[in-house]
Amino acid sequence: MSGKYKNINDADIAALQSICGEHRVLSGAQIGEDYSHDELSGIRKFPEVLVKALSTDEVSRVMKYAYAHDIPVTPRGAGTGLVGGSVPFSGGIMLDLTGMKRFLELDRENMTLTLEPGVLLMEIGKFVEESGLFYPPDPGEKTATIGGNISTNAGGMRAVKYGVTRDYVRGLEVVLPNGEIMELGGKVVKNSSGYSLKDLIIGSEGTLGIVTKAVLRLLPLPKHKISLLVPFADLTAAVDAVPEIIRASSIPTAVEFMEREVILAAEEFLARKFPDNSSDAYLLLTYDGASKEEVDIAWKEAADICLKCGALDVFISNTQERNESIWAARGAFLEAIKASTTEMDECDVVVPRKNVAQLVNFSRELQKKYQIRIRSFGHCGDGNLHIYVLRDQLDDAAWQKNLTAVFDELYAKAQDLGGEVSGEHGIGLAKRPYLALSLSENEKQLMTGIKKVFDPKNILNPGKLFL
Amino acid sequence: MEIDPKTGVLKRDGVESKMNPYDLYALETALRLKQQYGGVITAITMGPPQAQAVIREAFMMGVDRGVILSDRRFGGADVLSTSYTLAQGLRAAGEFDLIICGKQTTDGDTAQVGAELAEFLGIPHVTGVCRINDCNAGQLSCDLDLPLELQSIQIKLPCLITVEKGIFEPRLPSYRLKLATDDREIIMLTLDDLPDKDPVHYGLNGSPTQVKRIFPPENNNAREMWNGTEAENSKKLFDFLKNNKFLQQLR
Repeated sequence: MSGKYKNINDADIAALQSICGEHRVLSGAQIGEDYSHDELSGIRKFPEVLVKALSTDEVSRVMKYAYAHDIPVTPRGAGTGLVGGSVPFSGGIMLDLTGMKRFLELDRENMTLTLEPGVLLMEIGKFVEESGLFYPPDPGEKTATIGGNISTNAGGMRAVKYGVTRDYVRGLEVVLPNGEIMELGGKVVKNSSGYSLKDLIIGSEGTLGIVTKAVLRLLPLPKHKISLLVPFADLTAAVDAVPEIIRASSIPTAVEFMEREVILAAEEFLARKFPDNSSDAYLLLTYDGASKEEVDIAWKEAADICLKCGALDVFISNTQERNESIWAARGAFLEAIKASTTEMDECDVVVPRKNVAQLVNFSRELQKKYQIRIRSFGHCGDGNLHIYVLRDQLDDAAWQKNLTAVFDELYAKAQDLGGEVSGEHGIGLAKRPYLALSLSENEKQLMTGIKKVFDPKNILNPGKLFL
Repeated sequence: MEIDPKTGVLKRDGVESKMNPYDLYALETALRLKQQYGGVITAITMGPPQAQAVIREAFMMGVDRGVILSDRRFGGADVLSTSYTLAQGLRAAGEFDLIICGKQTTDGDTAQVGAELAEFLGIPHVTGVCRINDCNAGQLSCDLDLPLELQSIQIKLPCLITVEKGIFEPRLPSYRLKLATDDREIIMLTLDDLPDKDPVHYGLNGSPTQVKRIFPPENNNAREMWNGTEAENSKKLFDFLKNNKFLQQLR
């Protein structure tokens, strides 16, 4: 792969302006600070030029130009990533796709939605629900773009029952690094026609191609839902109940765990009381279905299982107001933890469901061992944990040293438990060392080989995923 | 609650009936008082037999007794008639020290039933209670949320209070309490059980007011653009919010 890129000069800017117009090509001080970073990772770098594309044709022409001139290109959605995936590590062009935000077609016969990559996740839900339809993936960050969700194969809380973004992408329009436009997949339900290139693009973090259009699969909107907030004496008891709950005859939509200290942080952050904070650990279960009867059967069975597994009680959230009081807090966990400290970093590992308790308990041991605050919450129904290491008052050297030590131990433990480096946030820049450790030589060769076939000049989002 | 703009009738399709959300705060207040001072909590409501679901839910939150005033002759009651029926029901249901009502309903929104009920019972009352400070020696001391200030008052028991949304975060119904109270009897009262048995005092007959028409409010899309400096605009925004009473003092 070529390691040397061309620096942007006035001629490049003029060429890009001839594609997208003067006002959508910004450089130097015109580029806002937001474009130099994402939501969490401490990595900062400005692009040399920012291009706000509005159409597939523009994306294609920008890529053709970049390809011809060896200029690196970093695609960017809403910048809500947590691992530096959209940070323009090698400078060059940043391609902002948030302007491509049109809904193109709601196909009721095929139950699909065709849209551009800059549409925000929260807008999709609203749009399809008006027609009685449902887009199940439910990542916590609702202001992310669908393009970003596809690029990271985002998961979210409903993964237990409905799966992740990949399970709902039927087709993609993709611009390759050389500027060629490809249609992958489509409205078909089944597809056994060669390698699934569409699935290679999903989760590739913008390193293989730029998604310029997506066909999403929709389901009928479940009309009834209920949440159960289940208090346990401690986290181990809570997490140990999860496999039993999942084995029951009805699959929960979501299984989240939360600890008292995180709930208290959310209460303080929102200046609003949670319905119960008297127990150390909670499970939050959700059931949905087409009828009240179906949902009633499901939750009652789950409630009995919880009590059998040692739950202190099972609290029922069956109205909009009650759901709101719980989910407002759940939605604020990340921000609340962030507000409680000076800086933090996160580990988004996924382990087999039955090993969740072991990993959480291990993180508590690390907290003691390194005298550092560690907070966690997550989707224990699918084994995906979000573990946050908090800096608080540590100085630079101590923070880096402790953080690295804690992360090294956490990732090693997760791998021992049969886990993977990232459940849903991706690798980006921040998690590359841990991906490198977890992959076999064969896997690495295959992955770098795939990258080379798609992007022989290594100009598309270079430096991500691989060290 | 949504109103059909053409027919003026409440849209009930697909909406499950549920406890008046404001009453959750009244229940929670009662449960907190019981935790601190002891006592027995009775939930009383007027409605068709389906109201049992609401009482069952109150049991699941920790309420001890449930009473439903249910009789076809209570139907079509306005605010005054509803208050009168509830007052009669309370007399029939037994002794009480304190009656706690939610601020208002989410359909009629009059917020008058509490006050009228107290008048019919001849007991003192206050509305807008946002904090309970103490309860002893036959007195309840609490804070009232008045438009521009808080007022701390003491009120003699027996009395009636209506509580504000947000006085406490209502607890969720408990499955353990559901299992424990599934067989608990709900006391059903009809007109024949009340001290005043004259049917002209109840329902449509006992209602001096009638609803002529219900219509949704007009959409107001008025907008204003301010093109000042940051400092000017923030001052302007603050004044706007304050003058329109969107801002209140922190408490």
